[in-house]
Amino acid sequence: MTTPSLNSSVARAFSRHRYNLLDLVLLGAAVATFFLADLYLALATAVLIMIVFALSLDIAQGYGGIETLGHAAFFGTGAYAAGLYAMHVSSEPISGLFVGMAAAAVVGLLSGLAVLRTAGLTQIMLTLVCATLLLELANVAKPLTMGDDGLTGYSIAPVLGLFQFDIEGRTAYWYALAVLVLVYVFCKFLVSSPLGLTAQGVRENPTRMALLGVPVRRRLLTLYAISAALGGAAGALSAQVNNIVGLDSLGFTMSANVLVMLALGGTGRLYGAFLGAIVFMLLADRAAALDPTNWLAALGVLLIVVVRFASTGLSGCLARWTSRGGAQ
Amino acid sequence: MTSTLATFLSLAVDGIAYGMMLFLISVGLTITLGVMRVVNLTHSAFAMIGGYIALWFIQRAGVHFFLAVPLAVVATMAIGALLERTLYRWVYGTHGLGQLLMTIGLTFVITAIVKNLAGTQLQSLPLPSSLQGNFSVGPLNLSVYRAFLIVASAAVALALWLGIERTAFGARLRAAVDNQRMARCVGINVPAVFSVTFAIGCGLAALGGALGSPMLPLEPYYGLKYLVIVVAVGGLGSLRGSLYAALLLGLIDTLGRYYLPALGAFVIYLAVLAILLVRPRGLVAN
Repeated sequence: MTTPSLNSSVARAFSRHRYNLLDLVLLGAAVATFFLADLYLALATAVLIMIVFALSLDIAQGYGGIETLGHAAFFGTGAYAAGLYAMHVSSEPISGLFVGMAAAAVVGLLSGLAVLRTAGLTQIMLTLVCATLLLELANVAKPLTMGDDGLTGYSIAPVLGLFQFDIEGRTAYWYALAVLVLVYVFCKFLVSSPLGLTAQGVRENPTRMALLGVPVRRRLLTLYAISAALGGAAGALSAQVNNIVGLDSLGFTMSANVLVMLALGGTGRLYGAFLGAIVFMLLADRAAALDPTNWLAALGVLLIVVVRFASTGLSGCLARWTSRGGAQ
Repeated sequence: MTSTLATFLSLAVDGIAYGMMLFLISVGLTITLGVMRVVNLTHSAFAMIGGYIALWFIQRAGVHFFLAVPLAVVATMAIGALLERTLYRWVYGTHGLGQLLMTIGLTFVITAIVKNLAGTQLQSLPLPSSLQGNFSVGPLNLSVYRAFLIVASAAVALALWLGIERTAFGARLRAAVDNQRMARCVGINVPAVFSVTFAIGCGLAALGGALGSPMLPLEPYYGLKYLVIVVAVGGLGSLRGSLYAALLLGLIDTLGRYYLPALGAFVIYLAVLAILLVRPRGLVAN
């Protein structure tokens, strides 16, 4: 990273805070999807949920530099918390969403205490082990989670008491889209906030930030907990929309997939989460339907190619292409 | 009372055998990680490749077990060296995340290839008659195979230790690890040393995968399924640390499954977590 002058770095921070044409295009595409592709609403809703999940990973990994291979821990925690809440406490969706986020944030805080003490491979392994541990816990606690069968048999009340979840998934789509917009606005705010900016400083050089008087560990822990809460929101959405929570929501594949999405889209620029999740989910839907085995091979090759030739992901290529000689 | 003790002892021996096999699979990773600082999540997939190649030699080519396993080791070393020269070279300079993604991608590709070639069923190497059956020591009834596994792994550990501490190649390797630039200056061909080391690491994984297949059966998702444990053990970065961790995990898993079956695999991951937390700097420790 070059060291831009104070003015230009402030300007850059503010320019990222602003909304631009791309945001409008994405929102337009989301609305258009509802009217033009209503047969694919279920897939589109899944894409929206994965964008929320990828955004949460981007906060931790792209902005905080926390390397994780266990982000499914938060998705799964949010999903199980929301599912159990709907089953035993209340079927109201919005409070359920917050319950999922809170549960995931608690998991994020606790695991963050361990994970953030380390770096590199140990950190990656710790995140992976934390997620695997939760998976095994969910597997062992069969009376509560129904284990392999998946948590089912709960229903979700209408959103705000007005919009009933329908069989075509219209309400689900709007609900997921509303949550995504809120999460995105929040992320946009977060990455330009003092917390987000110091986190990026820590990502670039933790020692220097510590010398500048930034409480590095505490900032990262806060960021990690926020990221976990957003991941929990994605999980809770998935639980409420699909009316089932499976063990796979905590599994390695979930963690790996979201990592692939973000790598594909590009880390540390929010749009990467959108691009990556859209491209990945559409590819996966087509390819997995045709040939699951070779989809895995194609995914592997894709990953290797992205690492080799496009380490900034699609959004990085796009940014280079649109602003040649720009700040990036 | 004696029978409870005998049960415990034979479980302990099983646990040690299991741990030694984990050590055998993971020790290659300890070496490549310690030496090259590459986050190699494909390591467990190399164990699977070794197992499948040995299986192929036995079933299709009719080679004897004791010949098929070394052949599989050599073949896996060749594959490993080839990949090191091509794919891994790309990610040496990149950050941990790039290595992580690349090696996960490679694991996906290997998984898919194996699934296409060998099918999805669980398979294990048919043991030769000399490794079947049991023998008894006092009140204990031990399986020949597990005893063989313990002896073979101990021999490998000893050979590795001697190889690193007492041979010229080991000296070059240690020099390259301690100070790459200085090692180059005194005329050591560091990339060549690394390639050979990587190939040896893959060969060790193959040996573990082949010999351990009666305990960890071969399947296409082997590489992903045992990734956590293998990396947790091998990621500790020192031979002794890996050996202790492997034995500990082997014992905890075997005893846990017997005495606390309700908790299932939960116990072993808890142990992995504890090990990683106790030795967070294991990677760089020498």
